Amino acid sequence: MRERAPVCCHPCRRCGAKMTELVLHRGVSVRRIGAMILRHWYVLMSSWPRLLELVYWPALQVTTWGFLQLHIAQNSNFGARAGGTLLGAVILWDILFRGQLGFSISFLEEMWARNIGNLMMSPLKPIELLLSLMVMSLIRLAIGVVPMTLLALLLFQFNVYVLGLPLIGLFCNLILSSWAVGICVSGLVLRNGLGAESVAWTVIFAILPLACVYYPVGVLPVWLQYVAWALPPTYAFEGMRALLSDQTFRSDLMLEAFAINSVLLVASFWTFLALFRSSRMHGSLLSGSE
Amino acid sequence: MARMTHNMKVHQVVLANPTAPAAIEVDQLVKVYKQTRAVDDISFSLPRGSITGLLGGNGAGKTTTIAMIMGLVLPTSGRVQVLGHEMPNESASVLGRMNFQSPYVDMPMRLTVRQNLTVFGKLYEVKNVAKRIAELAADLDFTDLIDRTNGKLSAGQKARVALAKALINHPELLLLDEPTASLDPATADWVRAHLEQYRRDNKAAILLASHNMLEVERLCDRVIIMRRGRIEDNDTPDAIMTRYKRATLEQVFLDVARGGANGAKEATR
Repeated sequence: MRERAPVCCHPCRRCGAKMTELVLHRGVSVRRIGAMILRHWYVLMSSWPRLLELVYWPALQVTTWGFLQLHIAQNSNFGARAGGTLLGAVILWDILFRGQLGFSISFLEEMWARNIGNLMMSPLKPIELLLSLMVMSLIRLAIGVVPMTLLALLLFQFNVYVLGLPLIGLFCNLILSSWAVGICVSGLVLRNGLGAESVAWTVIFAILPLACVYYPVGVLPVWLQYVAWALPPTYAFEGMRALLSDQTFRSDLMLEAFAINSVLLVASFWTFLALFRSSRMHGSLLSGSE
Repeated sequence: MARMTHNMKVHQVVLANPTAPAAIEVDQLVKVYKQTRAVDDISFSLPRGSITGLLGGNGAGKTTTIAMIMGLVLPTSGRVQVLGHEMPNESASVLGRMNFQSPYVDMPMRLTVRQNLTVFGKLYEVKNVAKRIAELAADLDFTDLIDRTNGKLSAGQKARVALAKALINHPELLLLDEPTASLDPATADWVRAHLEQYRRDNKAAILLASHNMLEVERLCDRVIIMRRGRIEDNDTPDAIMTRYKRATLEQVFLDVARGGANGAKEATR
């Protein structure tokens, strides 16, 4: 038997309820968002292995790729001309990857702790939960990526901060993309339980070849270039290459990426709410497991 | 006699404010999961200031009913009003005025009791959270555990902390799903006494799902018996025991579990 919508709600009122959920600014409580950030801060500070892990992988990445770039630069003309694009790509990729992971892991912490029912039953609104996860993703990212950039400077004399203001544009675009992915992943886990947990760890890698992290878009076949340009990170990586190789800031690329990111973020909010509603329909908020 | 006096007191509480909407109003509620009709057209009302027991065997639909009242599960059809507000559409107006305790949720294990209660106090926008936590710790006797992580507490200690979380916002409505399950008799008795006192002091309504019939007899002004998603009976414990010609609710429960309300009433004739 197919489930029917509650008859208690007139169809128009049902739509009204959904719209209320989508109105992001209404009744958002900074105190409740702060409470959620505090909750995750307590978890981070209570576990040194968690903190160490945040630094460990980025440090490993930048060291491995840094030496590879050194080797290429010493043995080929192209490598010498490419400057720090490889290391720059590694650092920007980590912003995208760690940003999404930081968001998703904070959400998974609630599922692992069987705390999601407590939160959904409290006055905390879905948008407040998502905003707190965004802040947590920034905090986790800062803990992991700042030491990574310092290591690149120390070992390979690559200073990502010389990119200056354009770096802020690149960073914002990548973090917005990572949040859009993180929000959708959280919705999937909420709907399908921890059986969908692996998606949180792997989904971002589907973007890796298409976003042209380590090579220009021109390398791709023409038909695949259309797909690549539909992804905001592609604009960020192309922009980074233009900055490092040609010392040109491509503001057009940044603006286009912002436009696509805006659409993606709205779509991800909508997807999360739809999956949240579906999980309430199917009772998966009560089980939360596989 | 003691029970009658007790029930009269409850009615006085309710009648003290006759215009106030019921704490919970459930009307023709249905929940269907694929082929399973977990809750099948139930209606009941929970007066303010009362404790109502929700009884039924495993799979009777108690947890699903409570989850629909909380807004964690959406009904297939029917309506739920909580403190005069339509759920789940108006949940934002009531979630801060109610709270719950359930075996289906935990509090984060790595956080200390104080940290957990601080987070929930802030989520419920409790004024002066530190003071409220100190009050609860004194009331529920866990002051010495306040800086211990939740993962290092015994089952009884966890139950007390979970109850503190459920009471942190002075809820007008408390939904409790088997609050004393897995507790030793002394701790369970202590929790019951505290719930009675909380209801008395705050005129709060409590909906209590339980398998412990003695607990229900002791605490509840009304009892709703569910079986296979339907309400088999809904009355005061005394009236139900009289109707079934049984001395305890446990005997009534067994009769209903074995044959349904009609069969059980037939059997007692």
